[in-house]
Amino acid sequence: MDADGGSASAVGIEGRPVSLHSGQPRALYQFTQQNLPACKPVLTPGWVIATFLLIGAIFIPVGFVSLHASQNVVEIVVRYDAECIPEEYQSNKVAYIRDSSIPKNCTRYLKVHKHMKAPIYVYYQLDNFYQNHRRYVKSRSDQQLLHGLKYNETSSCKPEQLNNGLPIVPCGLIAWSLFNDTFNFVRRSEEMKINRKNIAWKSDRDHKFGKEVYPFNFQNGTLIGGGKLDPRIPLSDQEDLIVWMRTAALPSFRKLYGRIEEDIEADDVIVVHLSNNYNTYSFGGKKKLVLSTSSWLGGKNNFLGIAYIFVGSSCILTSFVFMLLHVKNPR
Amino acid sequence: MVGGTGRGIRFSKLYSFSCVRSSFREDRSQIGQKGYTRVVHCNDPDDPEAVQLNYRGNYVSTTKYTAVNFLPKSLFEQFRRVANIYFLVVACVSFSPLAPYSALSVLAPLLVVIGATMAKEAVEDWRRRKQDIEANNRRVQVYRNNSFCKAKWKDLRVGDIVKVDKDEFFPADLFLLSSSYEDGICYVETMNLDGETNLKLKHALEETSSLQDEKSFQQFKAVIQCEDPNEDLYSFILLRDSKLRNTDYIHGVVIFTGHDTKVMQNATDPPSKRSKIERRMDKIVYILFSTLVLISFIGSVFFGTETRKDISGGKYRRWYLRPDDTTVFYDPQRPVLAAFLHFLTGLMLYGYLIPISLYVSIEIVKVLQSIFINQDQDMYYEETDKPAHARTSNLNEELGQIDTILSDKTGTLTCNSMEFVKCSIAGTAYGRGMTEVERALARRNDRPHEVGDASSDLLGDGDEMDLGKPIKGFNFRDERIMHGRWVNEPHADAIQKFFRVLAICHTAIPDINEGEISYEAESPDEAAFVIAARELGFEFFSRKQTCISLHELDHESGGKVDRTYKLLHVLEFKSSRKRMSVIVRNPENQLLLLSKGADSVMFERLSKEGRMFEAQTREHIRNYAEAGLRTLVLAYRDLDEEEYKAWEEEFSRAKTSVAADHDALVDAACDKIERDLILLGATAVEDKLQKGVPECIDRLAQAGIKIWVLTGDKMETAINIGYACSLLRQGMKQIVITLDSQDIDVLRKQGDKEAIAKASCESIRKQIREGKSQLISAKENSVSFALIIDGESLSFALNKNLEKSFLELAIDCASVICCRSSPKQKALVTRLVKMGTGETTLAIGDGANDVGMLQEADIGVGVSGVEGMQAVMSSDFAIAQFRFLERLLLVHGHWCYRRISMMICYFFYKNIAFGFTLFWFEAYASFSGQPAYNDWYMSFYNVFFTSLPVIALGVFDQDVSARLCLKYPLLYQEGVQNILFSWPRILGWMSNGVISSIIIFFFTTKSIIPQAFRRDGQVTDFEVLGATMYTSVVWAVNCQIALSINYFTWIQHFFIWGSIIFWYIFLVIYGSLSPTVSTTAYRVLVEACAPSVLYWLATLLGVISTLLPYFSYRAFQTRFRPLYHDIIQQKRSEGLETDDTPNELPHRVRDKIQHLKMGLRRS
Repeated sequence: MDADGGSASAVGIEGRPVSLHSGQPRALYQFTQQNLPACKPVLTPGWVIATFLLIGAIFIPVGFVSLHASQNVVEIVVRYDAECIPEEYQSNKVAYIRDSSIPKNCTRYLKVHKHMKAPIYVYYQLDNFYQNHRRYVKSRSDQQLLHGLKYNETSSCKPEQLNNGLPIVPCGLIAWSLFNDTFNFVRRSEEMKINRKNIAWKSDRDHKFGKEVYPFNFQNGTLIGGGKLDPRIPLSDQEDLIVWMRTAALPSFRKLYGRIEEDIEADDVIVVHLSNNYNTYSFGGKKKLVLSTSSWLGGKNNFLGIAYIFVGSSCILTSFVFMLLHVKNPR
Repeated sequence: MVGGTGRGIRFSKLYSFSCVRSSFREDRSQIGQKGYTRVVHCNDPDDPEAVQLNYRGNYVSTTKYTAVNFLPKSLFEQFRRVANIYFLVVACVSFSPLAPYSALSVLAPLLVVIGATMAKEAVEDWRRRKQDIEANNRRVQVYRNNSFCKAKWKDLRVGDIVKVDKDEFFPADLFLLSSSYEDGICYVETMNLDGETNLKLKHALEETSSLQDEKSFQQFKAVIQCEDPNEDLYSFILLRDSKLRNTDYIHGVVIFTGHDTKVMQNATDPPSKRSKIERRMDKIVYILFSTLVLISFIGSVFFGTETRKDISGGKYRRWYLRPDDTTVFYDPQRPVLAAFLHFLTGLMLYGYLIPISLYVSIEIVKVLQSIFINQDQDMYYEETDKPAHARTSNLNEELGQIDTILSDKTGTLTCNSMEFVKCSIAGTAYGRGMTEVERALARRNDRPHEVGDASSDLLGDGDEMDLGKPIKGFNFRDERIMHGRWVNEPHADAIQKFFRVLAICHTAIPDINEGEISYEAESPDEAAFVIAARELGFEFFSRKQTCISLHELDHESGGKVDRTYKLLHVLEFKSSRKRMSVIVRNPENQLLLLSKGADSVMFERLSKEGRMFEAQTREHIRNYAEAGLRTLVLAYRDLDEEEYKAWEEEFSRAKTSVAADHDALVDAACDKIERDLILLGATAVEDKLQKGVPECIDRLAQAGIKIWVLTGDKMETAINIGYACSLLRQGMKQIVITLDSQDIDVLRKQGDKEAIAKASCESIRKQIREGKSQLISAKENSVSFALIIDGESLSFALNKNLEKSFLELAIDCASVICCRSSPKQKALVTRLVKMGTGETTLAIGDGANDVGMLQEADIGVGVSGVEGMQAVMSSDFAIAQFRFLERLLLVHGHWCYRRISMMICYFFYKNIAFGFTLFWFEAYASFSGQPAYNDWYMSFYNVFFTSLPVIALGVFDQDVSARLCLKYPLLYQEGVQNILFSWPRILGWMSNGVISSIIIFFFTTKSIIPQAFRRDGQVTDFEVLGATMYTSVVWAVNCQIALSINYFTWIQHFFIWGSIIFWYIFLVIYGSLSPTVSTTAYRVLVEACAPSVLYWLATLLGVISTLLPYFSYRAFQTRFRPLYHDIIQQKRSEGLETDDTPNELPHRVRDKIQHLKMGLRRS
């Protein structure tokens, strides 16, 4: 856009008594007289049309590229919370899930329609689970996760702070409600290997969860929440826990379970042996298993691409409307 | 304030005549009563009685705070603001578990904001304290233990005798005992008090004027009884902080000390004024508070119902929240209580809707704006070295909304440097010098296309005689009477008397400096008279208390002789009397009364024989008035001894009376002697228009500002000045409301006051009605009207029952002139306009008589001219010349209005845009009160990431340059009509904020959740969403401001882009702190967000989409429904705007010339 500050300021200074500002440097004088060289953008029709077209010209291609990246991602989602309940318990799912004496094994079949290139990410997805609830989010102790039993001030963990007078490590509701469904994949009667290492953020493993901190007195209470932890493994290696403790933003979320590091061919059928332990039935949350490849943009989500295309084309449209009106209404 | 009962009654004479007299008179009725109880034991402060009185010491403290009370008191001041209380309560509650975020993060910004304001207070107070220390430790000579010794000011006590030397300040209010002059007079300069530079003469009592040396004080004891401390400034004798001049030393008794002194009693703050924008801003804050309460309520209802459902029939729904073992805040058993507590949490969480830094930002911005006003070289007046001065900073934006200007005339439109140009003596008019009005016409006839400055070529045209060097205050050219040639004129004796009156009848003081005599006079008119007398051969060179001496040109011999006149009485000038007189005894031992005054009072006091030249003189006065000159009538009479003696006795009695009607008695006595005068002639003094006044008024009128002139002048003078300063023009129809009709005159002669009042009222009512019907009938043919009303009519028009119709008539007229109006009427008119129209008014004036008007108006502008500083002291803005008003209003006013209104709108926008993202997130967190962002992101939002650009907007933004502001005065109407801060616009900005928050929240969540947001399969969690959304918000609000401003210097670029960059820097630094400190921000940018393409793409999408609605609106509005400033900007950008000033004259100037031509033809 245009700048006319220089010429205007020159005019302003001429004809004034020199003695008044000879002591001041020119820049300071211009500053105090509010006459600094400035860019004064004006929304002329030319600029308006150019801006709209430019946004359109950038957004539409970006949108298509993003959409293309998203379309190339192969994603298989299978819901298993309802199907993995035996017929007789369909009316009382909560009783079933709570009864530890009943085996929770369940088998699901996944049909792969498209070639999936390794690495294939395995997620579990929960719905209607408020990991962002204030009581839930606050119920943890970062100090204890890092320092273990050496750190006692864990009142934020209530009511999962102490059990039988002994501190719980890791304390708090988040750890207590650890997700504990497990998945095994079998393809052509051959078990597929799932890499469950390095699924958590590196900074979490290195700096938020202590290498010398072992689970203690965990899940020993009368009310059992979610999964248990192996007390022989330090917290920094309990990646399931670390992933779970990184709370989700919205009530419907995915969390990384592991990676399959081999390609899956189209038309392969994958048998999933899962143990359906986690109670989402009491609050009506769905459980899903997600297998997904990734692109440079991440997983499959068309929203971004469509939004870019939409905004871009709106801009083009607006610029045409503007042009039309501009021509029809001469000043 | 103490002693308020003494107000309004003048007791000046009281002290000088009755305070110290050893024999008290009978009628000291008020002494000793309420308000008059002070007893001063002179030279005896240790007297047990005096000690018992326990008067205050002379220590003075003007500071608002002391070291001890600074903290509590300034904190109290801070928390008188509702918004600050809200934030304090929030900060306190944030220590409880109710708080959605950590207490420290709430406290920190509050401390920054409060600390900044308190620091400002502290610095200001420290400056005051330094001044106090300096004043308290000044030294003065005090009479202690039989000799004068130096003492500090603060150690003075009531009753001490002090000696003050030349050019020293008085340490307290003193009672003058004696001075270096035998007759006990001294001269005082009161510049520190009222800014007046002329010297004032003070007299000591004869009884004490002999107390000259240390010995004589040994025996001196006296008791003074006088009034209690009060603020009546001119009724006391030697005031603290005034200066002794032209006198070697004085002795005085300390009467009032410290805070009892007049100057301290007068040190009150002017009434604080708030601008309309700020008042509307308060309403917006209330709206936001209601919104805050509303959304908190909605949130708590949802929260309550969700929480209640967590346990039903012994079953736990959201078992992971442990509803069985919970606190009161989440208890499903007591959902109503939980909801209520959550409501409080919500009030805190959504508190970001109320911008905490708004008030402090506006204060900073306004102070900076004032600095720019003070610094403006185009409002700097070189001659007096005076820049414009914004005395208050909280009315800057009001300058851009002025609807009506009420202006004083003398000293405001004119220079108030009087020049003696013409006179009429014994029926002959003298003086060939041309007035400015005539000269302007002559020049325009020659070169019609040049609009020049009237005074620059003053000497070039019109003066055919040889001139010496120009003399200030004297512009009289007439060879008939100059250089002593008057002796050959027909009425030489009358001419001689005329000049003697000029030389003797005044209160000026001569100041001899290396042979040159200059004069210190109370008013410029008086100075002009004495100078004229000097130039015409009657040089006044010495004034003592009892005599006045002149170098006179002798009538017969033609040589110079010294003559001394014994000064017997001075009958002072008062605005009610409209005249002054002196009684002198000339060297021939004749008693003379010399008098000068307004024609209205003088002609009726002439004797039968004295009216010889009345008809001619009246004619001349009329001509002078039409030429815009100020006239005075001069007359004299001879007194015989008996009459004088009888009168003097009566006069002394009146003067020394202490009764409440003292003034009336004195006036009546004066009235008795000022009779049967013999007319000598009349003087005509020109008060030049200030440079650039017509152009300025023209421009202001083009800007749609109505201008009222309130003047004390005669109607003819006022009308002509009106034409000269382009307030009236030829095409205008004049509606004149006056009481100078025959019916009224008849009634006046009868003297029935009630009948006069009734008839006057009726007459005014009729005239107003007629004026209105004139207006209505002329509606079609666009004739503009001017209303001219005189003071007497005005007093009736301002009556309750006529007020409304008068105002209706007046606001339909383009110009209004009120002539012969008193200071009180000026204030009343100002209030009428302010209250009646509800519009913003500006009063401009330069004298003490304008103070009421300045304080009454929404904005008072003082012209720092010749008449002292009183107007400036009570004004909000001070300028040196009237023409600077144009720049002050059209440029600074417009800019400040635009800046402040944009700034406030934007402030609310940015906080709504931010606050509502929190609310949308809550909707997805079952309204549990979990903020979407890290605590410290939030608390730094208002302080670091968004504050500086908005301050830059408030301080620097310009829609159009100063030159174009002046070129297109109509642009000013944007402020008058309040277009930029109208409710639709405010609400528009607010809804823009809501829309922005919706776009940012939904676009961000939809595009990055729930799938992996990076190639390595990681999914978006709470931390990443917070950082991404926050990034979009910071970008969006900062880009929004970049879209809204019209003026980018490097400062704006630096602040706007700097704020955005600072967000990333902050995130990197904060994220690299230990995870226990940074919690959810730990390495969030470096590790999680920055490597993700999706993060950047989502930010871009969110930001551009947020800006598009506003951008499209602006694009269409600018093109298809442009505001005035849009049009100007377009013209400039298209290069249509050139720097040439238009060739043709503005129509007002053309019309003026037309009027002058007609006037000349007539005469």
